[in-house]
Amino acid sequence: MRDVLLATLPGVAVMTWYFGPGTLINLALGAAVALASEYLATTLRGQDPRAALDDLSVLVTSTLLCIALPPYAPWWLIVIGVLTAVLLGKQVFGGLGYNPFNPAMVGYVVLLISFPVQMSSWAPPRGLETVPTFGEALQHVFSPGAIDAMTAATPLDLLRQNTGQLFDDLMTTRPEFSSWGGLGWFEVNLAFLLGGLWLLYRKVFTWHAPIAMLVLLATCALMGYDGGSSESGGSPLFHLFSGATMFAAFFIITDPVSSAVSNKGRLVFGALIGVIVYLIRVLGNYPDAVAFAVLILNFCAPFIDHYTQPAVYGTRRRDL
Amino acid sequence: MRVIHDIHGGIHPPERKTLSRPGVLHQVVIPPLLVLPLRQHLGAPAQPIVAVGDTVLGGEKLAEPQGVMSVPIHAPTSGVVRAIELRPIAHASGLEDLCVVLETDGKDRWVTGSGNEDWRKSDPAALLDVIREAGIAGLGGAGFPTAVKLNPGSSRTIETLLINGTECEPYITADDTLMQCYTEALIEGAQILAHIVDAPHILIGIEDNKPAAISRVTDAASKADPSIEVASFPTRYPSGGEKQIIEILTGRQVPSGGIPADIGMVCVNPGTAVAVREAIIKGKPLTHRIVTLTGEALAQPANVLACLGTPIHFLLENAGLTAGPRQRIIHGGPMMGFAVSDLDAPITKITNCLLAPTAEELPLPETAKPCIRCGHCAEACPASLLPQQLYWYARAKDQEQLMEHRLFDCIECGACAYVCPSQIPLVQYYRAAKGQLRDSEQERRRSDNSRDRFEARQTRLEAEIAAREAKRAARKAAAQNKASEDGSDPIQAAIERAKARKADQEQPS
Repeated sequence: MRDVLLATLPGVAVMTWYFGPGTLINLALGAAVALASEYLATTLRGQDPRAALDDLSVLVTSTLLCIALPPYAPWWLIVIGVLTAVLLGKQVFGGLGYNPFNPAMVGYVVLLISFPVQMSSWAPPRGLETVPTFGEALQHVFSPGAIDAMTAATPLDLLRQNTGQLFDDLMTTRPEFSSWGGLGWFEVNLAFLLGGLWLLYRKVFTWHAPIAMLVLLATCALMGYDGGSSESGGSPLFHLFSGATMFAAFFIITDPVSSAVSNKGRLVFGALIGVIVYLIRVLGNYPDAVAFAVLILNFCAPFIDHYTQPAVYGTRRRDL
Repeated sequence: MRVIHDIHGGIHPPERKTLSRPGVLHQVVIPPLLVLPLRQHLGAPAQPIVAVGDTVLGGEKLAEPQGVMSVPIHAPTSGVVRAIELRPIAHASGLEDLCVVLETDGKDRWVTGSGNEDWRKSDPAALLDVIREAGIAGLGGAGFPTAVKLNPGSSRTIETLLINGTECEPYITADDTLMQCYTEALIEGAQILAHIVDAPHILIGIEDNKPAAISRVTDAASKADPSIEVASFPTRYPSGGEKQIIEILTGRQVPSGGIPADIGMVCVNPGTAVAVREAIIKGKPLTHRIVTLTGEALAQPANVLACLGTPIHFLLENAGLTAGPRQRIIHGGPMMGFAVSDLDAPITKITNCLLAPTAEELPLPETAKPCIRCGHCAEACPASLLPQQLYWYARAKDQEQLMEHRLFDCIECGACAYVCPSQIPLVQYYRAAKGQLRDSEQERRRSDNSRDRFEARQTRLEAEIAAREAKRAARKAAAQNKASEDGSDPIQAAIERAKARKADQEQPS
C-alpha cells in the first residue's frame, strides 16, 4: 500500500505542474475525510480502527479518487466522493478485502452521475492559461462562484466533438494539443507510467492486466484510426497517453481485491477494460471511460474467474 | 546430462543448513526410558504382543501390524516393558496415543538377525515380506508403509526407481548426512529397491546445495553400477515434494489423485533405502534413525543417530538446549513442521528434525490481516492452485467450490503462507477444510448406506406381502375350484364345521 502511494508521486507532481495546486488540495482534503470515515466506520463495526488505518488502504482509495477528480472541484464534491468510496464502496461490504467493486471508482461514478457539470470541468493546463496560485486555488475550492470558474475542454472532449477537422489538423491547430498528444496530459500519463513500472519492478502486481489493457486500447485505436480522417477515433499513441489511461492501467485496474484472480483471468480483465474504455471514449458521452469500464469488469470478475482457472498440477492433458 | 525441468511457483527461504553441520553423525546415548508409539506410520496402529514386565532384546518385535496399511514396532535396545499406556506423542493435535514404554538396561543386547546377502536371486515378494516385517515406513516424513509403496500392482510397469535426496526444507540435514555417511548402503539399498519393483533404471536426485553428498553419491554410484544416474538441480522449496521432484527430473506430472507408479516411477527417501538395505542384508529391523537437532537455542546443533522412542527433551538436552521463555520446539522443519506441545513426547520413524529456534530467529507470526487477493500465493504455489480462492471458500465452507478449485491437490507445503503479505496461516485453513470435506463425505456415504438399507428393507417387506397375497389368492382359487367340482358351497361347509365344533364343546363330557 505504501509503495502504491509512493508510486503516485511522479504523476501527482506533473499534474501539479500543469494544472496547479488543485490536485494537492483534493488529496489533502480527501485524506482527512477518508481517515475520519474509516475510523468512524470501523469503530461502529466494533473493530480495531488502528489496524484498519495502519494498512493505509483507505489512503490509497482516497488518493486514487482524488487524483481522478478535477482540480479545483468544490470541497463538497471531494467530501461526498470520498465518503461514498469508503463507506459505500468498501465498509458496507465488510472492509478491506471484501469489496466487489473498486471503491475509488464507485465514488467517482456516483459523483459523475450526480454532479456531471462539476465533474466535467477540468482546469486548463499550463501553457494555455496561467496556473492559479495556492490562495486562488483555495478560494476556488471553498467558495465556488466567488471568482470565475476556470475550465477548458480536455483533448478527449475535443476529439469527441470534432466533426470537420482531420485528426492531424486538430492536433496542430488547437492549442490544447502538443506534438505528442494532449498538452500536459501526455506528460502526466508518462509520469504515471513511470510510477507504474516501478510498482511492476517491485512486484506489487503482475504485468498481465495493465499490458492487456494497453495493448487492447491501442489495437482498438488502430482499428478506429481511419487514416486520421475527420471521423477518426484518434491515434493509438493519443489514446495511450490521454486522459486516465496510464493511471488506470497501473493504479486502478491493478486493485487485486476487485479484479480477476488468476494471471489468465487478469489478461481477460485488462483486455476487456481496454476495449470498453475505447468504446466509451469514442462513442459515449463522458469525459473519460475508465471508471465505467472498471466497474463493469468488476461485475464480470467472478465470471472470468470461473472460466480462467489455471491447470492444477497433475491435470495436464498430455500426462494423463 | 539429464534435462532439468522447471516447476511452477516455489520460494527461496533462508536455508540455514550449515548450522547442524551436515555430514557429521553423532551416536546418541541410550536414554533410560524409551516410549514407542504403536502408530509411527500412516495407517492402522500396530497391536502390542508383549506384556508389562516382559524382558525384551534389541530388535525384538513389540507389536504386530494390523492389516496391510500397517507395520510392526521393534525394540531399539534391550530392557523391560514397564507400561503399555497412553502417552503424549509428537503430533499437531497434541493428543495422546498408545505407547509401549521400555525401560532400557544399558546392556544393548540384541537378537541375532539373519540376513540375506544374495538378494539378487530372491523373489521380490519374499523381500517385500522382510521389509514389512522390519517395520519400515517412509522416513521422509509421511511414514507411508514401504512394502505397500513397493507393490503398486501388476498393471503398472515401473521404469525408474527415484531416490529423493532433495531435502528442500530449511534447517534439515538428516538426509544430507545419511547420504554422506551411508553412501554405499544407500546405493545398495537403491539396487535392492529397483530389484523389487523391477525397475531397469535408478535415478538419484539431490538438490545442488549439497555438493559433498552429490560427489560422494556420484562416486559410489559409478563404482557400484555405472548405469545409476545422479542428478542435481537448483535449490528451491518445495522441490523435494514427490510430485515436484518427478516433474523436475522428468518433465512429467503425476496425474491428480494418482500415484507416481501411474507414470512408471517409485520415489523413495534415501533413509528408507538404507533401512531396506539393513533389513535385507543384516536382518535388522528399523529401530534407529538420523535426526537433525538444530536451531540457535541449541549449544551443539548436530545430526544424531537416535533410538526411536527417545524422548524429545532427552535429545535436546544432550544438544545443549538453553530454553528461553516460551521456547518453541518444532517437529520437522520450519515450513511443514508443527510445534510440539509436550517435550516428553518421543521421536518416531517420521522425525527428521527437531528445531529449537530463538524468538529472533523465527519470530512468532503476527496477527493475520485481511486477504486482498494480491495473488502472491498463486505465484508461489507449486501445484498451480489459487490459494487466495481456496482461503475464501474455506472460510465460507463452500465445499462445492473447494472441490472445483481442487483443494485435495494441495500438498500443504506452506509456500503460500510464507509469501503472504497479510501473514495469513493459509495451510491451517486448507487442512481444516480437507478434514471437513472428508467428514461430510463420510456422512454422505453413511446416509447413502442407511437409505439403501431402508429401501432394500421396504422392497423385501413389499415382496413378502405380495407373496402372502399370491398364496392366499391361490388358496382361494383352489377352494373355489374344489367347490365347483364338488358342487358344495365352501362357506356353507365352513359354517357347518364351526357349528359342529361348538356343539362338541357344549356337550358335557
